Amino acid sequence: MMHRIGVFVCWCGSNIAATVDVKRVAEELGKQPGVVFATDYQYMCSQSGQELIQSAIKEHALTGVVICSCSPQMHETTFRRTVSKAGLNPYMLEIANIREQCSWIHKDKETGTEKAIVLGRAAIAKVQLNAPLKAGETPVTKRALVIGGGIAGIQTALDIAEAGYPVDIVESQPTIGGKMAQLDKTFPTLDCAACILTPRMVDANQQENITIYAYSEVEAVTGFVGNFHAKIRRKARYVDETKCTGCGLCTEKCPQKNVPNEFNLGMDHRRAVYIPFAQAVPKIATIDANYCKMLQEGKCGVCSKICAAGAIDYKQQDTFVEQDYGAIVVATGFRPISMEKFDEYAYSQSPDVVTSLEFERLMNAAGPTSGTLLRPSDGTHPKTLVFVQCVGSRCSDDGRGKPYCSKICCMYTAKHAMLCREKYPDTDVYVFYIDVRAPGKNFDEFYRRAAEEYGVHYIKGQVGKIVPEDGKLKVQASDLLANEQLHIDADMVILAAAIEPNPTARSLATMLTTPMDTNDFFTEAHPKLRPVESATAGIFLSGTCQGPKDIPETVSQASACAAKVMGLLHKDRLVGNPCIAQPDELMCNGCSSCEKVCPYGAITYADKEFRTFEGMKVRRVAQVNPAVCQGCGACTVACPSGAMDLKGFSNRQIMAEVDAICK
Amino acid sequence: MQEVKQKAIELLQSGKVQRVLGWKTGEFFYDLTPAVFETVEEIKKDFVFSPFCGANLSKYLIAESRKEGKIAAFLKPCDSYSFVQLLKEHRIVRENVHVVGVQCNGMCDIEAIKAQGVKGVTAVRQEGETLVCETLYGEKSVPYAAALSERCKTCKSKKIVLFDELLGENGEDDPDCGRFDLVSKLEAMTAEERFAFWQQELSRCIRCNACRNVCPACSCEKCVFDNDTLGTANKAAANSFEEQNFHIIRAFHVAGRCTDCGECSRVCPQHIPLHLLNRKFIKDTNELYGEYQAGADLETRPPLVDFTQDDCEPSVVYTRGGNGK
Amino acid sequence: MQVNGEFKPKIVAFCCNWCSYAGADLAGNNRLNYPAEVKIIRIPCSCRLNPMFILRAFQRGADGVILCGCHPGDCHYTTGNYYARRRMTLLFSMLDYLGIERERTRVEWVSAAEGAKFAATMNDFVQTVTKLGENRRLEDLRCKK
Repeated sequence: MMHRIGVFVCWCGSNIAATVDVKRVAEELGKQPGVVFATDYQYMCSQSGQELIQSAIKEHALTGVVICSCSPQMHETTFRRTVSKAGLNPYMLEIANIREQCSWIHKDKETGTEKAIVLGRAAIAKVQLNAPLKAGETPVTKRALVIGGGIAGIQTALDIAEAGYPVDIVESQPTIGGKMAQLDKTFPTLDCAACILTPRMVDANQQENITIYAYSEVEAVTGFVGNFHAKIRRKARYVDETKCTGCGLCTEKCPQKNVPNEFNLGMDHRRAVYIPFAQAVPKIATIDANYCKMLQEGKCGVCSKICAAGAIDYKQQDTFVEQDYGAIVVATGFRPISMEKFDEYAYSQSPDVVTSLEFERLMNAAGPTSGTLLRPSDGTHPKTLVFVQCVGSRCSDDGRGKPYCSKICCMYTAKHAMLCREKYPDTDVYVFYIDVRAPGKNFDEFYRRAAEEYGVHYIKGQVGKIVPEDGKLKVQASDLLANEQLHIDADMVILAAAIEPNPTARSLATMLTTPMDTNDFFTEAHPKLRPVESATAGIFLSGTCQGPKDIPETVSQASACAAKVMGLLHKDRLVGNPCIAQPDELMCNGCSSCEKVCPYGAITYADKEFRTFEGMKVRRVAQVNPAVCQGCGACTVACPSGAMDLKGFSNRQIMAEVDAICK
Repeated sequence: MQEVKQKAIELLQSGKVQRVLGWKTGEFFYDLTPAVFETVEEIKKDFVFSPFCGANLSKYLIAESRKEGKIAAFLKPCDSYSFVQLLKEHRIVRENVHVVGVQCNGMCDIEAIKAQGVKGVTAVRQEGETLVCETLYGEKSVPYAAALSERCKTCKSKKIVLFDELLGENGEDDPDCGRFDLVSKLEAMTAEERFAFWQQELSRCIRCNACRNVCPACSCEKCVFDNDTLGTANKAAANSFEEQNFHIIRAFHVAGRCTDCGECSRVCPQHIPLHLLNRKFIKDTNELYGEYQAGADLETRPPLVDFTQDDCEPSVVYTRGGNGK
Repeated sequence: MQVNGEFKPKIVAFCCNWCSYAGADLAGNNRLNYPAEVKIIRIPCSCRLNPMFILRAFQRGADGVILCGCHPGDCHYTTGNYYARRRMTLLFSMLDYLGIERERTRVEWVSAAEGAKFAATMNDFVQTVTKLGENRRLEDLRCKK
């Protein structure tokens, strides 16, 4: 059946009419097959212009509308609403862009008119093949999942919870707090990290909308925006969470004393049953099954005997929680890279060569040295300290380091150097840098204070080699500004190790069908305009999982992320984009090509029964989830049989446009 | 050769499978066609495994593996790549197929034998490096290598990539087989020469669709060229352009999926070297996106549904070495 | 197409909705002239461009076909143009292999801010195709003289 098409040619004042003969365009297009009405008007987008369209739809029983006007980017939405009010499906409209693509660029009226007619013809050919489209609607589960309980995850969860929506935090460690809990002071204000973080942890624990699943991992995620379903593995702590009071008695009496303490990065020891640090949330003991004598050999049971609450349970098993969510926030954070491949800095040869995060612990009152700076090798006060910047950052060596700037190292090194000089004025502190990057509020001032007021020796240059010798660390370096070689006998060397995404992020990205960059940072939906959303609808990014960030930046991103989540959870139903992919099951081979190119994981497969010449046959066919598909069309070209097509931009529609233009 | 037939009988007799997919004689002894055997008698009577079993059996398993019961299929190295590729695309019900890998010495082409001056051939047998031909004029011998079909002269692999049981030894792939030599030669020509070459070749196309129908990668439920609703149907060539459209799109649709089994060229009644189109895509993807062999495994992403951020730009075509001006 | 004895090529430009179509709009906003022979077809993403559309255009008389999309890394759908890039590279290489003038096909990445680049690209492309003259080869490929 041919559509009954109305063509409306806009003058746009003189914007179009000056270089396009609008009367002739209307007249010529009026002769096209299927066109039953064609007219021109001064301003189609004006109230009276829109009324003209609406009355023509009714009067001529139009089933399709072509408007020759400005770019669809300007008024497509306007005109869709116009035709919709006259009872036409909004997708029975096509716009021929005769302003930006025609009248504004062609000065010769004949040329402009001819081209406008061709563009109009293409739009008519397309609208002939348009079909009414209706956007699908899906409900929204008003609950959010936050994966990762560092400062980013905590902040996002708190914001969402305070807006009234339930939030679950899943944290793989026994306590929330993340890397920030391990820090001593924070730049550029020198606030104590614990003093500002722990109240937030307590808030999260007490906020009634927040459920914390610590020592847990997300095992599987299915579903799509508004309708995710997650399976969470709660790893066995061998301690009954409902009974443990966090008194810590067991952690003092456990006879297994020589377990490397990961909270202090292995620089001291904890027991087999432990609470990571005093302000841990939840404050519940955890038995480390790898070291517990009872769990390993079936002998001991000291903790069980001593626990007045009777919380110890050696038989505890992993349990699973299954829950529906409307939105998922990824806040998996970072870790410093391994120093294994940087042999020239003697990290593995001398305990006095430490990473910056280890140095944080050495400076921290709750650290292995109770905050007194002592050399790990012999417990003496170091007098000469050398800080090396960019260890593995901005490193183009294949496989050794990272190509990007880790962003935080310049500032925390300035902080470390400053704190050293302040606490121990008798120390000599050297910082070797490629260049100092301090573009933040009060950052440059902070760095300059370190260099100018605190007398830290900033040397532009690289450290070539560090050799441990006679209890000293012989540092060979070059000073690029003075153009000379330096030899420093240092007592300690601190390496500003590059940071990398949490190693679990890659598998999580696969589970969530969320894109990542080559460095395994999650990719945002748009680098400028949608920085906290992932390309997958309903998955949001908080903190360093998206890229290196300092604390203030992480917290702002975390709150921005929460705002986006709230915007989603506030809706009762989601209205989709109707221009989405649709497979023709009769033609589909089920070959999986389309699924492989879908950036959103919108395509799944189902075995369906089909009537054939040889009776009923089961075939695997593609299914598109309309709530997830964004309508890019990648699948339509990957499909060899042409079974996958895109509504609103179908193969036939585009070919009809091609034909009309080339005629 | 007898060993293959014996295995077919044994599999059927033991009840391990209900049907056997193999080859049987056609009108001439060199004209073997794929066939499904359901009884031992049929096998004894018609089953053949000879140097003329060029036909790739894997495509038939799309339909056969969906039928009741289990089917045994004899797959040569080439066929096994196609089989794995089809498995990768979820087209074959694996548990209904018992794959017997059969090694292959290269398949012969009657035209190649004739070209050696041997006429009136009625039967052949391989004796080491020699192909002994019984002819109307007595026995004649040609070197086996000279009797090989064009595609087998540049055999890419004697490896049977997947099998449930194996007759004979498994082989290796041969990266130095020289299968891209002709493509390179064409690339080195000027555009005018290439155009003249393809004009000569494609002018002969009669649009019989044999290349499409035999191709294991061209196994769509419905081909775009038969599809009226899509607006892309062109069953007979309406104008001179549509031949090219057909061959270009066909090659494009199988790019990254074509295992280079060479069946398209084998069945072309006009002897158009269609495999040179597919090999161009294979050579390009190998050079631009890294070595990739379709059907070599079940996991690797085919080059056209994969990317890296640093892929070359399409403008590489204007400047790329090898493509003569 | 011959107009008053002068060859005017038919050019089809496929533009992705998010970057290049907006780039073309910007060229219009800035009144940057490019030849009227260029006719734009809007597609959601460069990855929507099926090689069949390009061949169809040539079949129906186009003399040149150009695809414009977001710059790699800036795709609205994150990865679409990466797939388009591979597809077009291979297709163009195949056309070249068949002896079709390789300058008749082109891919150019044009952002929404690059109105000037859009106009310059189109001017250059039309000039190139005009020099090549009418597209006969795809048609002639079959007809041995």
